[in-house]
Amino acid sequence: MKSRYGTVDAVGVSERVAKFAMRSIKGVSKTWGLRKVVSMMDLTTLEGKDTPGKVAALCRKAITPHVEMDLPHVAAACVYPAMVTYARTCLTGSPVRVASVATAFPAGQSPWRLRIEEVRRALAQGADEIDMVINRGAFLCGEGGRVQEEIATVAEVCGSATLKVILEVSELETLDNIRAASFLAMEVLRPGDFIKTSTGKTSSNATLETHQVMIEAIRDYFLATGVPVGMKPAGGIRTAKQSLQFLVAVKETLGDAWLVPTRYRFGASSLLNDVLRQLEKERVGAYPASYGFSESESAY
Amino acid sequence: MKNRASPRKSAPRSAATPRKPSPRELIFGGLWDYDPAPETADPRIDSRYGLFIGGRFVPPRHNKYFASISPGSERQLSEVAEAGSEDVDAAYRAARRALAGEWGRMAAAERGKVLFRIARLLQDRSREFAVAESLDGGKPIRESRDFDVPLAAAHFFYHAGWADKLDLLAPGCAARPCGVVGQVIPWNFPLLMLAWKLAPALAAGNTVVLKPAETTPLTALKFCSILQEAELPPGVVNMVTGAGATGATVVAHPLASKIAFTGSTGVGKAILRQLAGSGKKLTLELGGKAANIVFEDAPMDQAVEGIINGIFFNQGHVCCAGSRLLVQESIAPEMILRLKRRISTLRVGDPLDKNTDIGAINSKAQLAKIRRLVAAGVAEGAKLHQPSCRLPQRGFYFPPTLFSGVEQSHRIAREEIFGPVLSVLTFRTPEEAIEKANNTTYGLSAGVWTQKGSRILLMASRLKAGVVWANTYNKFDPSAPFGGYKESGFGREGGRQGLLEYCHLQPMP
Repeated sequence: MKSRYGTVDAVGVSERVAKFAMRSIKGVSKTWGLRKVVSMMDLTTLEGKDTPGKVAALCRKAITPHVEMDLPHVAAACVYPAMVTYARTCLTGSPVRVASVATAFPAGQSPWRLRIEEVRRALAQGADEIDMVINRGAFLCGEGGRVQEEIATVAEVCGSATLKVILEVSELETLDNIRAASFLAMEVLRPGDFIKTSTGKTSSNATLETHQVMIEAIRDYFLATGVPVGMKPAGGIRTAKQSLQFLVAVKETLGDAWLVPTRYRFGASSLLNDVLRQLEKERVGAYPASYGFSESESAY
Repeated sequence: MKNRASPRKSAPRSAATPRKPSPRELIFGGLWDYDPAPETADPRIDSRYGLFIGGRFVPPRHNKYFASISPGSERQLSEVAEAGSEDVDAAYRAARRALAGEWGRMAAAERGKVLFRIARLLQDRSREFAVAESLDGGKPIRESRDFDVPLAAAHFFYHAGWADKLDLLAPGCAARPCGVVGQVIPWNFPLLMLAWKLAPALAAGNTVVLKPAETTPLTALKFCSILQEAELPPGVVNMVTGAGATGATVVAHPLASKIAFTGSTGVGKAILRQLAGSGKKLTLELGGKAANIVFEDAPMDQAVEGIINGIFFNQGHVCCAGSRLLVQESIAPEMILRLKRRISTLRVGDPLDKNTDIGAINSKAQLAKIRRLVAAGVAEGAKLHQPSCRLPQRGFYFPPTLFSGVEQSHRIAREEIFGPVLSVLTFRTPEEAIEKANNTTYGLSAGVWTQKGSRILLMASRLKAGVVWANTYNKFDPSAPFGGYKESGFGREGGRQGLLEYCHLQPMP
């Protein structure tokens, strides 16, 4: 399976991404990049303690990230299936999309019928986008075909909704596995669907390395088939500086056509406030006071 | 001459009818341009430098100076003394005095401390030296900051440790210094080559007369202040600046007991003839035309990066540059497509900009040589690929260039271009790859890209090259000996082997 999709050398990938992290993004290009990051954000809350009130606050922030800055709205609000109905109520009439994780996120270790049923429920309650997890157990025991069939079925159920396929890269572990899983997913995705790094629920999440392997897979698949698949790194991207490094990787690997929210997303909760803090610094010329923007993941 | 037209000439575009990219091509346009990000540290370059002889700067006997310009802007940076034969003689006499004086009597551990101090002082002033190196030589600040200066410091650290352990160099033998060493270094890595030369010479207890290249003398001259601050005794290191004539005087001087030269094969041959019968020890590190060999099972994207790094690092002004790409025929079209796409994202421009990937060509003369050889490649029928990148108005610049359809007999496959020009050739079997890779007058380095471990070992044992990199390229370490086969020279620099070149071995009873 792996040799079919080509191999990846981990040392070489680390060297490649180190160069992205070295790009110096200042002035106008920094502001442009950060505004783009805001518009590409899937503002996320995925906690056991999520409540309708918390989701409502998240949605207000999604529509208006900052009251004094003239900023774009974020791309989507991402919640658990049980919260979709509240998010839908808050976001109806706004351009912000409702995204829901499904398929027994994050482990995916539930019977298939329950996983697919969860997708149907989330859609029925008004989700515009579904973030599914792949069957890592099946992948690691060599049943790539089953992984692919499940993704294909979820894509079919999604209909006009956007599908994002979470590979959970930290559990696939090797870069060869990540490349193979990216292709397995892309081969059954529709133009405009996404592949996504992580759930954010394991010890390691999106890194520039795993991200690079996935966007190179997206590039190779696009050049071979003409189908543009989107990319969503998620988990672990907490600072504005990090987000710009990911965006640099996209600019220099996939090119300008992927610098849009329809082809690129950031899955993040605390990132938005750091981006706002940096934008405020660019606007005013000085960093706002430490209490100006919360660094807590659950404060909106 | 049928393939003369470059892509820019053959596809004139008017503003009214922009060429639409094909739906399956990637767009590397200007949607998100990076702002200029110049490194602003003060390079602290004096307006005029004399010769560093006997521990201080002195004017040249004939009072002649030449300008040192920045290849990135063609602006004058400083005026540098031209050393005549009397000056070189004064430098050698100072070096001999130092050998007989404090330095020669100094305990080995103390010598080591001086080298440690030099290494630390260079680290302390690394940004300043990086900016000076990029200004003077044209290399991107990212490389001078992350490669040249740190590695130069690493060489001093490494050899500082050796200073009091010379008895371990060759068991059963005492290692004595050669005496006064004459060193002539090139313009591609001015400070790093200085470190490669000075660190082992000093660790072994020699004294030195060193001539930096005439286009890039400034970091060597700035380095003299580090030598002073580190309290290296006067006369242990003397620097004489000038062009080829000065170098010839340094090499010919009767007080020199060893000559170390890094530079072109032509000059190396002349030195070899000149020194025949003189009894002087000699090491030569000369040109190269390295083969970077990519097998069909190689990780493609990392091979692409390795090829790009192998040839465009330091504008291709690298003696071990991977200037001949040997790619297995089955993946050649795909590889060429990927390389073309990758070079279109390289940023050519101001060497001081932190986002620059390819800086300025070192000199006008070198730019002319690159243009000549590229024209020869086109004339001989190879296919030229260059991205349509905008080059700065002033300064010496050349776009990253790729030639496909290159034959073994083409000049661009045989001669060292020493510029950002890659020649792509193909092979079918490992045996053919070995044959083609070794079919060169040079033998400095090679690269092998494959997933198969056994093939890496096979290739490494069969390639006639001083260093063979596997699934990587251009990796250096002070402990790794570096040097060539055939017309790439002889002797090694770095590691135990490199240090031995600066010692006379005496059997111990």
